[in-house]
Amino acid sequence: MDNWWIYDTSLWLVAGGTMLLSITAALVGGFTFLQKRSLVGDAVAHSILPGVAIAFLISGQKDPLWLMLGALISGWLSLAVMDYLNKHTKLSEDTAIASVLSVFFGVGILLLTYIQKKASGEQSGLEGFLFGQAAAMRLNDLYTYCALALLLISITIVFFKEFKLLSFNPEFAQSLGLPVGILRVLLNSMMVLAIALGIQAVGVVLMAALLITPSAAARNLSNGLKGMLWVSVIVAGFSALVGTLISFSAPSMPTGPWVVVCLSAIALLSLFLAPQKGLVARLMMQKRHQKKITDENLLKAIYHLGEKENSFAAWFHVEEITGIRDFETDVLKSALKRLIRKGLLLRQGHSFQFSRAGLDEARRIVRLHRLWEMYLNKRLRLKADHIHPNAESMEHIISPEIEAQLLEELDYPERDPHQSPIPYKP
Amino acid sequence: MSIEALYIILTGALVAASSALLGSFLVLRKMAMLGDAISHAVLPGIVVAFLLSGQRENLSLLIGAAASGLLATFLIELLHRKARLQEDASIGISFTWLFAIGILLISTYTGQVDLDQECVLYGEIAYVPLDQISLGSWWTGPRPLLISGLLFLVSLGYIIISFKGLKLLSFNQDHARSLGVRTQVWHFSFMAMVSLVTVLAFEIVGAILIVAFLVVPAATAYLWSRSLIPMLILAVVFGVLSSVGGYYLALGLDGSIAGAMVSVAGILMAISVLIIKVLKRT
Repeated sequence: MDNWWIYDTSLWLVAGGTMLLSITAALVGGFTFLQKRSLVGDAVAHSILPGVAIAFLISGQKDPLWLMLGALISGWLSLAVMDYLNKHTKLSEDTAIASVLSVFFGVGILLLTYIQKKASGEQSGLEGFLFGQAAAMRLNDLYTYCALALLLISITIVFFKEFKLLSFNPEFAQSLGLPVGILRVLLNSMMVLAIALGIQAVGVVLMAALLITPSAAARNLSNGLKGMLWVSVIVAGFSALVGTLISFSAPSMPTGPWVVVCLSAIALLSLFLAPQKGLVARLMMQKRHQKKITDENLLKAIYHLGEKENSFAAWFHVEEITGIRDFETDVLKSALKRLIRKGLLLRQGHSFQFSRAGLDEARRIVRLHRLWEMYLNKRLRLKADHIHPNAESMEHIISPEIEAQLLEELDYPERDPHQSPIPYKP
Repeated sequence: MSIEALYIILTGALVAASSALLGSFLVLRKMAMLGDAISHAVLPGIVVAFLLSGQRENLSLLIGAAASGLLATFLIELLHRKARLQEDASIGISFTWLFAIGILLISTYTGQVDLDQECVLYGEIAYVPLDQISLGSWWTGPRPLLISGLLFLVSLGYIIISFKGLKLLSFNQDHARSLGVRTQVWHFSFMAMVSLVTVLAFEIVGAILIVAFLVVPAATAYLWSRSLIPMLILAVVFGVLSSVGGYYLALGLDGSIAGAMVSVAGILMAISVLIIKVLKRT
């Protein structure tokens, strides 16, 4: 049977636990992402290690509640030390983060190896904090972690509005009379707890990904904070499920890295390929705009030639056109091809002529240019020799509605400030 | 002191000194976390080089690591500048992704790759004396010691040769550009040197402890100094002290030597912060 896994209860237990931990991290991490504290989250994840080790040394057992308490305390301590170094010494923020991260982690490693050599068998689960132990989660531990995760999720829902204000505009939150200090402590504690929980799934090093990658993936696919958090939760849950399924399909496959690879794949896809906000979509839009501007400038140049020769029906050679305005050869070639395809220009060898539609379009652009110069000169009182560059860019932007308003405002002028005629539709 | 202890301490001290020299400029240029990211991101390159060459041979590891280190820097720049993702998240996503791929490669090819997660994270400095190499008939000693000695000479040479360029790059990049200095050349040669230290130190102290050696002694030196050359010297001194102190701490606790070296570096930093605080008050 190939579908043995559907009936494997331990698989679904692990999958469910990993999903819940990932979702919690994504939800709390959304605020970490907004506050631009991703690397602080990374440092806290590493700093949890010595707390766990000391908690084990003191309590002498692997009770998840004790270990969580140790994790919370040392996570908090690392936050405080980073804050202190940043504010009260001349170290920059990134140096403070990197120092705390590596020193706490080094101490953690030292303690962990000390425990390993000293204690017997019982300590074996502590490495779970280093590399994640999703697949080895025990049922009782899982209950504790799930309870804590649900607690975090409900606090986020209850204080959603306050956290949102705090992340976007702390000064405004303060002016509204919100207890900003207390809220910050609450949010920081939630971050530390979410990290301590998430480490169970993916381990120390990859924890930053669980915290912020879902938000980065969601950013381009949603609008508003609520939308972003919903999408990031879905991304996190999906990745956790896929990661668990893949890791169960082969022996000795770790769950955490698969979850993170899955998360990163979604995030990279979304950052590059998302409709509208993705990199590719934005570059394509830029290119379209650039083409439009080149086309319009070319039509304008030919129109200027027509004005000079006093005939818009004449054929103009390419070299005459480049005499009016400098185009790069490749750009000019492709623009001419586009305009011919659109039926705005006619071609004969190396000469070109306006079609009817082409002349109308050229008139429109020149009209917008000269109308805008008129407006700058008459209404904003700018000198006639200062207005051309601004009109060069505005002519490509002005919409028909604005054009109508300009015409009305300027009362259909005949000539622009340089005494060139303003072309209207015949 | 046994000869083994001397080998371990000397290797640690040489790695720490090389890291301190380069790390000082990382700290001054506010790029400490980029160092952290690179030290994680070299993993997949190292594993792939391992799989292709089939052995722990330094040149191919170097090429693999440099390739994936460069990929990480490129990805961070791409996400930050082109995809308009905030810088902290760009760094966070890039290095976790590459590190996860590295771990997966290690787990997939467990039999073929002589690397494991623990080694990746905290190195094998305790085994330094076991890995012997002979150079003809005139020297026989641990290979890592030889490598870290060469590493120190190369780092020192690089710092001396490019001192002026690095200084300009760290303190006033715009001024450097206006003087016609090709800042990109210095930037990339510097990042290449950081990658080199990272790769060579990788199997000796492990990924995260490289960051500690790069950043912590340099940051401690930065607290004490007002100009660049004293800072570089102090950074090397703190690095070497951490290495010596760390060895004996580890001996006392019977724990990880690299972890103990970093702990001592942290203690030195904490003491420095406190002393400076007290001095300022009086």
